[in-house]
Amino acid sequence: MGEFFSALYANLYETVAVVLFGIGFTTLLFNRNMIKKIMGFNIMDTAIYLFLAAKGYVEGRKAPIVVDGVTSMEAYINPVPSGLVLTGIVVSVSVSAVMLALTIRLYRRYHTLDIDEIAKAVQKEGK
Amino acid sequence: MNFIWNFPLFSVVSCLFCGVICSVLPRRAAKTLCWSLVSIVTLMSAGVLYFTASTGESFTYMMGHYPAPWGNEVRAGILEGAMALFFCVVMLLSLVAGAKYLDKDVEESKQNLYYSLSNLMLSSLLALVYTNDIFTAYVFVEINTIAACGLIMIKGNGRSLLASAKYMIMSLLGSGMLLLGITMLYDVTGHLLMTSIHEEVQNIVSSGSYSEPMTVIIALMCVGLAIKSALYPFHSWLPDAYGYSTPSSSAILSSLVSKAYIFLLLKIFFRVIGWEVILDNKITDILFVFGIIGMMMGSISAIMQKDIKKMVAYSSVAQIGYIYMGFGLGTLEGVIASIFHIFMHASAKSMLFISLAELGEVSRGKTLLTKLKGAGYRNKLAGVAFTTGAFSMIGIPLFGGFISKILFASAAVDMNSTKMVVTLVALAVSTLLNAWYFFRAVIRIYTPHRKEKDKYFSISTAAAMVAFIALNVFFGIFSDIVIEGIQTGLAMFL
Repeated sequence: MGEFFSALYANLYETVAVVLFGIGFTTLLFNRNMIKKIMGFNIMDTAIYLFLAAKGYVEGRKAPIVVDGVTSMEAYINPVPSGLVLTGIVVSVSVSAVMLALTIRLYRRYHTLDIDEIAKAVQKEGK
Repeated sequence: MNFIWNFPLFSVVSCLFCGVICSVLPRRAAKTLCWSLVSIVTLMSAGVLYFTASTGESFTYMMGHYPAPWGNEVRAGILEGAMALFFCVVMLLSLVAGAKYLDKDVEESKQNLYYSLSNLMLSSLLALVYTNDIFTAYVFVEINTIAACGLIMIKGNGRSLLASAKYMIMSLLGSGMLLLGITMLYDVTGHLLMTSIHEEVQNIVSSGSYSEPMTVIIALMCVGLAIKSALYPFHSWLPDAYGYSTPSSSAILSSLVSKAYIFLLLKIFFRVIGWEVILDNKITDILFVFGIIGMMMGSISAIMQKDIKKMVAYSSVAQIGYIYMGFGLGTLEGVIASIFHIFMHASAKSMLFISLAELGEVSRGKTLLTKLKGAGYRNKLAGVAFTTGAFSMIGIPLFGGFISKILFASAAVDMNSTKMVVTLVALAVSTLLNAWYFFRAVIRIYTPHRKEKDKYFSISTAAAMVAFIALNVFFGIFSDIVIEGIQTGLAMFL
């Protein structure tokens, strides 16, 4: 048991990232409020970026920008995960924008953010 | 380096640019641009297919002069070329056939955006087919999701808004899991290019380390893509999304979007993780079980629908189940059958949705089973198209569905285990269920009722429908060529 917890502690960032992923995932799936769903989605994606960034970081090394003419590979962290995080952020921002736009349209039409109530109202509208 | 090597990249990029340009063009110009671009891309995909088939080799196109482990790559073989050509043809036919419904379903000021979204959709589909980089695949998965959401919600009524919200939620869950899987795979292997990951995975597996992370990665990717392609327990978004959008959107979504994800899963199986590793992890058995349940439950739900449009949508759940069942058999024959089923189902389902819209239009705009009485006489061409699609779905000889069912059955018979019995029984029962609800619909549309001429005739829709029928008959009669192509294409994959 102690071994298990020390392994978790050694990979603290990854552990936190997976817990956050779970929180975001369940919020996106089960919460009925559209805005909270979008928050859940953002938590979920951010958790993955934390995971990526934690994997790319090497203790005691610097950001991969050459300043003092140091070109040795040992001086810098892995730049690829950072690049992936940036790309991922762009993707999740645009998806959040689409989701928010959709939520606004639904709210203007049905005056509620609760997806179950929207479904009921759509049923009642019947077209 | 051959000039044709540029075609995959050209087609993806030109579609992306046209998507942007269409958003500022007036309605008619956007339509002309979109139609002509899709035609050009169709020709380019045909060029790629012809080139790979004649040289008998796949090619890898390096982007931006960065060599293999660092740069981004595009790869095309026979299977990719055929898939791209097929996607373009179905896209073009769906757009042409559904054009007259756009005026009715979409506000005039927003019609150019519809073409913009279609172009984005096509570009992401082609990118998913061609890319050799797994993170690029993820980015285009998200572009695909956004475009699909737009295609559903552009109709703008309450039902389609709700349907697109549901679609978006489920899709985001799926892509989140896919992204986590890709992230972990990168951490384990240190590569993003499919070819390099494949080599590294073989090393890792033979050294015996990372066995649990590998299982988690495979499970995350499979479940993520299964949610996005609507495998049975995750199908809740599908009926609304297909049933309440404008006809060309239904056709595009049902035939292309889910198939592109399945094709990506196929690439992950064969080109990223490796088929042996997948079989060792037993994930195929799980897909098999859910595929079988999907075949049954999809058909049973379809029988209970009163609206034929939703019935056809639920039938998609069953057909997706067939495809996953083929993967689940765990043999190359099963995979070949699944790929053939992808072609067959996509061509038949898009035609069913288009012809259904036509039949509904001559029946006071309703597609309820009771209202469609005699619709096959009022619009003869749509009646023939619907019947062709229905026969193909049931699996009547001369149509594509028959061939794919034979392929599934013979792949199962070679197995000689419990899977064989389960598959054969499931195929038989599912064929009966299919026959039940499709014959019911066909009989209904050919039951004599009030005579009335089709007032809404449109030459482009009619032409597209004839082309659809021809495509379906092609898959039924010339199936040998297609199967041979799939076999050589799959051999290039390995």
